[in-house]
Amino acid sequence: MSTTTDTEPTALLELARSVVARAEPGEELEVAVSSGSSTSVKVHGGEVESMTTAGSRSVGIRVIRDGRVGFASAGTFDPTVLDQMLVEARDNASFAEPDEFAGLTPPDGVEAVEIDLWHDEMLETTADTKIGLALELERRVLAADDRIAGVRVASYGDGFGVAALASTSGIESASRSTSASVSVQALADDDDRSRTGWSWDGARHAGLLDLGPVVDRAVTQATGLIGAEKPDSGTVSLVLDPNLTATVLGLISGTLTGDRVLKGRSPFADRLGEQVGALGLTIACDPTDPTSLGADSHDGEGLATRRNPLVVDGVLDRFLHDGYTGRRSGAGSTGSAVRGTRSLPGPGVQALSVAPGSAGTLEDLIASVDDGILVYALAGLHSGVNAVSGDFSVGVEGIRIRNGALAEPISECTIGSTLQRLLLDIAAIGSEVTHLPSGTSTPPVRIDGVRLSGN
Amino acid sequence: MLDSFAEAGLDAERVQAVLGAALDRGGDWAEVFAEDVTRSSAMFDDGRIEDLTSSRDRGVGVRVMVGESTGFAHTADLSESGLVAAARAAADAARVDGPGTTIAALDPRDSDVAPVGVEPSSVGKATKVALLRQADSSARGRGSAITQVSARYGDSDRRILVANSDGVFAGDRQVRTLFAVNAVATGDTGQHTGYESVGHSMGFELFDRIAVDEVAAAAADRALAKLEARPAPSGTLPVVIGPGSGGVLFHEACGHGLEADLVAKGASAFAGRVGQQVASDLVTIIDDGTMGGEWGRYAIDDEGNPAGRQVLIEDGVLVDYLWDGNRARVEGRASSGNGRRQSYRHLPMVRMTNTYLAAGESDPADIIAGVDDGVYVAKLGGGQVNTASGDFVFGMTEAYRIEGGKLTAPLRDGQLIGNGPKVLTMIEAVGNDFEMGPPGTCGKDGQGVPVGDGVPTLFVTELTIGGTAA
Repeated sequence: MSTTTDTEPTALLELARSVVARAEPGEELEVAVSSGSSTSVKVHGGEVESMTTAGSRSVGIRVIRDGRVGFASAGTFDPTVLDQMLVEARDNASFAEPDEFAGLTPPDGVEAVEIDLWHDEMLETTADTKIGLALELERRVLAADDRIAGVRVASYGDGFGVAALASTSGIESASRSTSASVSVQALADDDDRSRTGWSWDGARHAGLLDLGPVVDRAVTQATGLIGAEKPDSGTVSLVLDPNLTATVLGLISGTLTGDRVLKGRSPFADRLGEQVGALGLTIACDPTDPTSLGADSHDGEGLATRRNPLVVDGVLDRFLHDGYTGRRSGAGSTGSAVRGTRSLPGPGVQALSVAPGSAGTLEDLIASVDDGILVYALAGLHSGVNAVSGDFSVGVEGIRIRNGALAEPISECTIGSTLQRLLLDIAAIGSEVTHLPSGTSTPPVRIDGVRLSGN
Repeated sequence: MLDSFAEAGLDAERVQAVLGAALDRGGDWAEVFAEDVTRSSAMFDDGRIEDLTSSRDRGVGVRVMVGESTGFAHTADLSESGLVAAARAAADAARVDGPGTTIAALDPRDSDVAPVGVEPSSVGKATKVALLRQADSSARGRGSAITQVSARYGDSDRRILVANSDGVFAGDRQVRTLFAVNAVATGDTGQHTGYESVGHSMGFELFDRIAVDEVAAAAADRALAKLEARPAPSGTLPVVIGPGSGGVLFHEACGHGLEADLVAKGASAFAGRVGQQVASDLVTIIDDGTMGGEWGRYAIDDEGNPAGRQVLIEDGVLVDYLWDGNRARVEGRASSGNGRRQSYRHLPMVRMTNTYLAAGESDPADIIAGVDDGVYVAKLGGGQVNTASGDFVFGMTEAYRIEGGKLTAPLRDGQLIGNGPKVLTMIEAVGNDFEMGPPGTCGKDGQGVPVGDGVPTLFVTELTIGGTAA
């Protein structure tokens, strides 16, 4: 169980410093420390199914000597285990092969934005309130529509995390944040099967959660899919709401990282400065935006975060780098190191931000489509998307759009394209940005010319 | 196995005390789950040994049940005060209210713990690293078009202790070793990938059984074949699934739908169908946690029940579901030993172990020869299922067109989609060439656990192929 001192970043920074102080001559040492506490509640049938409360502590130690990297981590602050992990990290480094670009990243002078990610309200939320929110969510979904036959699970979760980082390269950073979320999966009866609708919301504390849209989305999707059938194959337009736009553009942005580019694993590797996306498409990674739930003042190596344009009006502007890929490519770190305490940092997307266009609302996008799909869910993203070749083939459920109006529900079919094509085929961008619980901010979009595989 | 926890201070006396603290203000049942996991891995990428990592995780999760409601807390603090605090937090979360509950005396049980041939910790890191270098040179040796190779070695040593207020007191040790190679081939048609992995529930003797050269060559050849690949067709076609990795089809198509927790919540298309014909009579599907050396093998599950061999579907008839302690208790039956959790930080739930479709009698060559126009899927990647609707997808990572009964052009990656209950009835031939597939990680409600699966060659009359060719 965590103690109150675990909520103070300075205490963790002190622990990180104390391990860094043990660096031997000629050795670079970085220590990441984190602690947190979480609660999760799952309800079913008006009763609490489970309630979990827990504290956690983690330490990750990175050692670099003569360009050789070793890493070790543990789920405890137990001094004997930390000693063992320091020995392990050093031992691991001795077996890695030297790399002239390996090394810890020193501070680069960029000033960190001040972002308050901590809300005391979260710590004051009572168990009754947490359980009450999950029960209310289940009750409202069940009451919303007669065709809703059940709720597979309604859940509430919250927690806080405190993290600190110190290194022999002069890095010292510490931060803390709170978060809370709810999610629900609604079930609608459809002959011998059920249809599902899933939705969630997230915020810095429970009082900021909004159950209304969560209920609406889950119920609309589950009931909307009743009677869904496999469509005929053809070529269609897709209308993606902000959640699904975030999913698809998140996959593509994930290929724009320095490690993928340098190792020849990105379909966009040689394309800086080229038109890779539709005109009007502007995507940035912006963890400095305090309204994003992905906001953070520092990256995983302790550098200040910054706004990084990725695609500007369709032109590929830059890749995301951590210290290593920044040095190796000559571009420098973009403050984009992401990591868990228990893993080595690498460049990654922190908070995706897609600029609004002028195509209006989701309804306006639907009205602009002759033959297409309003997508409700995508399936098999981990098995159907190849981030190296760009091949994209995923299962889809949703509502057919005919002549600008919603028509019959469809399921048991796939949409196919490539990541490269999808970016160019974005034909319309909505005017209003939604801030999603995932940290992504995006409007809805329409993508044309996608292959639909069914009968 | 219980000895190693006793050395860390977690002996029978302390466990009994923690169970007592969990139930001293009421509650129906309590459990202490302790886990100690050591992992090591080494990564080769981009022409060099990139990094080696080690980790250690040790902690305890305490469960308290009141009726069907569970309170759960976990801690990495194994001192008596830390454990008692976790027990009280679990009781609070379960909202216990009443007089104390008596607990049964702990009754230590023997488990069928798998022997380890060669302890991974006894093998020098230099030896492990040498395997990775060898894989890189073997893969690059398959052709100059191979432009990138990564290889990973990993081992894990997981010790668990499970004790509960019914007197169960059991332990297990699960050692797993994995080797995987990923190759990229580059040509006029862009970059293509090939992946091959092997993993078993065993120690370093894994490398007496497999040759890393062959693993590397398989990954490289898979990438090279795709340089000539055509876009996969789009639409519905007959499909022949090759032996081994096709097991993921049944894991997704019906395995998840046969998990008793999903059945009970109305989130399974197989609810209420025990005793009915749900599949072609060629189909017999078994989940077997006792299969020696397989990735999903264990002696006891994460609730202390011995692993079982559960026949799910026999000759097409649905025989039974998979059960954990919770669902079994509610239904008044025994657990099938399928209560698993990712770690001491997670609650157990119903999970598969090694799930496979038993061998049939057809000659695989005859199965392919019988297809005039279709697709042969030699290797499947991961998949996903919506158990409520039964719709599932899985990725083809090596596939060929079948034309006139013969394999022809290789196909680019694409996804197959089908409906589990429908597909089970569409299996018209089952080969005699059963193989287990590569090691897998099954995700459910945010928890990943190691699983195995396997199939012989089989013929499905139609699946939808999500390619881009018109």
